[in-house]
Amino acid sequence: MAKVTFIEHDGLEQVVDIPTGWTLMQGAVQSGVAGIEGECGGSCACATCHCYVDEAVVDTLPPPSETEEEMLGCTASERRSNSRLSCQIRVSDALDGIVVRLPEAQS
Amino acid sequence: MIIVGAGQGGLQVAESLRAEGYDGPITLIGEEASAPYHRPPLSKAILAGTMEEAQLAIRGAEFFERQRIALLTGTRVAAIDRSARQVSLEDGRRLDYRGLALATGARVRRLPITGDGLDGVLGLRSLDDARRIRAALDRAARVVVIGGGYIGLEVAAAARKRGLEVTILEAAERLLARSATPFLAGFYADLHRGQGVTVELGAKVVGLDGQGGRVTAVRTADGRSHPADLVVVGVGIVPDTALAEGCGLACDGGVLVDDCGRTDDPAIVAVGDCTARRTGTGTLLRLESVQNAVEQGKSAAAALLGRERPFTAAPWFWSDQYDVKLQIVGLSADHDRMVLRGSLEDRRFSAFHFREGALVAIDSVNRPADHMVGRKLLDRKAALTPDQAADETFPLASLTR
Repeated sequence: MAKVTFIEHDGLEQVVDIPTGWTLMQGAVQSGVAGIEGECGGSCACATCHCYVDEAVVDTLPPPSETEEEMLGCTASERRSNSRLSCQIRVSDALDGIVVRLPEAQS
Repeated sequence: MIIVGAGQGGLQVAESLRAEGYDGPITLIGEEASAPYHRPPLSKAILAGTMEEAQLAIRGAEFFERQRIALLTGTRVAAIDRSARQVSLEDGRRLDYRGLALATGARVRRLPITGDGLDGVLGLRSLDDARRIRAALDRAARVVVIGGGYIGLEVAAAARKRGLEVTILEAAERLLARSATPFLAGFYADLHRGQGVTVELGAKVVGLDGQGGRVTAVRTADGRSHPADLVVVGVGIVPDTALAEGCGLACDGGVLVDDCGRTDDPAIVAVGDCTARRTGTGTLLRLESVQNAVEQGKSAAAALLGRERPFTAAPWFWSDQYDVKLQIVGLSADHDRMVLRGSLEDRRFSAFHFREGALVAIDSVNRPADHMVGRKLLDRKAALTPDQAADETFPLASLTR
């Protein structure tokens, strides 16, 4: 279980408890974090769960797959060095307390 | 507002009503015991056992509370009384509505042959179905999949990945006959055969044999018998229009709706797999996809509030089988030219389809960027030429700016 803080583009913060093994997207969507859509349900097929992961943490994560990398090239909002698709990030204890910022638009 | 059907489309109507500023009561009624859940993983991660059921939920319980959406699960609607603007539930209760959304989905098509009721003959539509198939896969050695559509192919892939002996029986002369091009169908036949699946085309199933009430084999019209201890039937779905027909709404292989999800009763909208859409150009479109449910849900919620928000985006769809990600955008049925971008050999390519020189659809295999750019190209009706599509050095994205 990890406590993850999602900060929407307008500054609204939501802290979500996400079980280990779930993805950041699943935790955010089930809690109704508005800035994440996740239309494809986590298949890495729609790029509507784009997020900006804490700079300090992003380098400790397994790198994006080829598919995620390509999808990140097509996000609705600007891609940054800490851009990830939240459906591809699995929660572990190591992610407890991280802050994830959300882009202005997902589609 | 009352929504009948608590799948992806029904939930979207409820959420979009709130997003559009509707503040009154919303009741979402579903037959299944579960709260709304994602259906696509049922034939993929759930069968593979790589996803827990709890992860399927689209929204958590506290979300429904916060949004004041009353969720009635395990509840069947018996009838709709349009003149009284009431739905009656099977338990006798009657609920008044100002606006009504039908999101009743579809049921698996049954085989009109003997033996369809044997144990070990299963269809896949709901979470319960997926649980039954997963349990059967745990015990099975030989699996026969009847129907080479996407559900059949995904189940075949999941069973094959478990090391089981798998046969696909398809009545048509190719796979994906109703939904993909012959080219893509050929690619998938090769893919499955390469993985060790037996793919039989033109194989008409005439009967199922059983012993002690359990299925043992599938018989085809050519007189052959295909031994099986699990048979998965994936021969399409039938839109569930019973409630709509029962109250006299126009139906034609689905509840008839316009681009805004409106039926011929101004107080009733319909969304998702249960619908057939009359498009602006007059054709009748039946789509079975998440995007269709979601976009129609947004349009229909707006329509219930008297707003015009037509769904006209290019349809898109995806399928995951083995290590192959297929993403389709647009409708290729009437194309007159196809060009390839990428490498068929490496299983990384996109097939661009044109009609009278205009792009109408793109099938992308392990080329997600082509798909994402393609969605923009189609929605903007960008003037991509076949030569540009085939030229890997031509930047597709340049036409979307």
